[in-house]
Amino acid sequence: MLGLIGTVPDPDAPVFEGAAELRAGRDGARSLSLAIGGREVDVLRGTPALAAAACAACAHLGLAPPHALLVGDVGLGAGSRALYAHLERRLPRSGFSLLVFHYLQPDVDWHNRVLFAAQAMAAPPLLVADAGFMYAAKMSGQAQSYDLFTPDAGELAFLADAEAPHPFYTRGFILHDETRVPELARQAYAHGDAARLLLVKGATDHVVDRDGVLATVAEPSVEAMEAMGGTGDTLTGLAAALLAALRARGSEPDVARAARLAARVNRVAGALAAPTPATQVAEIVARIPEALDRVLAEEPL
Amino acid sequence: MGLSGLLRRMTGRGRDAAPGPAAAAGDTPSAARADRGLLVFENTSEVIQAERLLKEAGYAVRVMGPPPEIRTGCDLVVEFPLMERLHVLRLLAGAGLDPLQSVPVTGPLLAPVDLFHVKRMGDYLMVRAANMKLTVDTATRVVVNVSGGGCPDVPYLAARLVGMRLDEAPDPRAVGHTLCGYALALAWDEMVRRCSD
Repeated sequence: MLGLIGTVPDPDAPVFEGAAELRAGRDGARSLSLAIGGREVDVLRGTPALAAAACAACAHLGLAPPHALLVGDVGLGAGSRALYAHLERRLPRSGFSLLVFHYLQPDVDWHNRVLFAAQAMAAPPLLVADAGFMYAAKMSGQAQSYDLFTPDAGELAFLADAEAPHPFYTRGFILHDETRVPELARQAYAHGDAARLLLVKGATDHVVDRDGVLATVAEPSVEAMEAMGGTGDTLTGLAAALLAALRARGSEPDVARAARLAARVNRVAGALAAPTPATQVAEIVARIPEALDRVLAEEPL
Repeated sequence: MGLSGLLRRMTGRGRDAAPGPAAAAGDTPSAARADRGLLVFENTSEVIQAERLLKEAGYAVRVMGPPPEIRTGCDLVVEFPLMERLHVLRLLAGAGLDPLQSVPVTGPLLAPVDLFHVKRMGDYLMVRAANMKLTVDTATRVVVNVSGGGCPDVPYLAARLVGMRLDEAPDPRAVGHTLCGYALALAWDEMVRRCSD
């Protein structure tokens, strides 16, 4: 079972969980929402965008819907800490095969407690981290416990800077320079601050491990996606769904392959949506089934 | 309607498709303290006031000696949760407390990223500050997208800002709470400056 863990921008939402179901949204024909544990969540960006992409992909691949564990948090951290406490109790007795941690308040102590809870499971799951939880994983010195991080180029610079506690303080951060991806990845691995595999999101997506760049994906190129909130989240959600699909076949999944395929599918979905910088991410989620068909026709799972 | 029918409707590719186009346009820092920051004040009285205020607000803070890099005269600093820097500074400002510095424990000399990347895409202008991106339709000055970041106030800030004109939207400094919120506020300032030229 695929578990998706993160926050929603509702200060009053308590910890809630359940199978995620993608539905028509409340805001017109091009909007989407998620039904989870009796609540309805708009798909705009952040963890709901990740969950929506994973839902669309899982449904199209014939997999069970992902199970989302969410809480409301608008940046004060109380919601994230309530969810961390829930996870510390819940995970050791759970049967998740893959856990994805996402927009959560970075907190090193709670990160460690949640990681230890995941590692205490009878069959430890694959671990993916992005956004705030990835920041905490790096700060904790436990990054190598993860199978996949999905940073953008700026977040990779943060992983490469051993002293930086957050991308806001990263030294030598050239905001749009993606030519340094191999060098920064080497630094991140040298400090032990990278997951087993990195999917670095950007104008060119890079799949990297400690030995170097394994693959790059640059086509189709859709410039407007850089401005759109949630396109990195959909990529992480797609990688999670493809990993779950590979794991469902019973063998140890090829994380690099899932990452590369996810990058291709996300780009094709973006191209199909023909976005402008004002387009919202639900329109890309809607194109995921067709994008999966196109990519997997060329390269079956 | 099933999921596939829903997505077909959104993309205009199914029997039940909606009409119209398919897409609209001091201590040795340890890992356990890596998410902490230090507040440096002019004098000890301010340190004590800040400690009391933040404890009353529910924050886990402590008073300690400063590391050598930032020793300024006052021999005490307040250690606080760095990720919530924007909210903490706003609380202190509300009580008339203005720290001389707020710096990461892991690197007291680390400075915030201060470079902006500005990109024009047709009628749209995107400004990136640190890990946050803000995009505005320059014809209408309406915020059309917010992306990047990793702290939980990013989706909240986006929900507050997207669809609003620059002159009617709330300042991200007033509604954000984290370092990502602060980075978005820097992008906001730069966007306002450029759209005012």
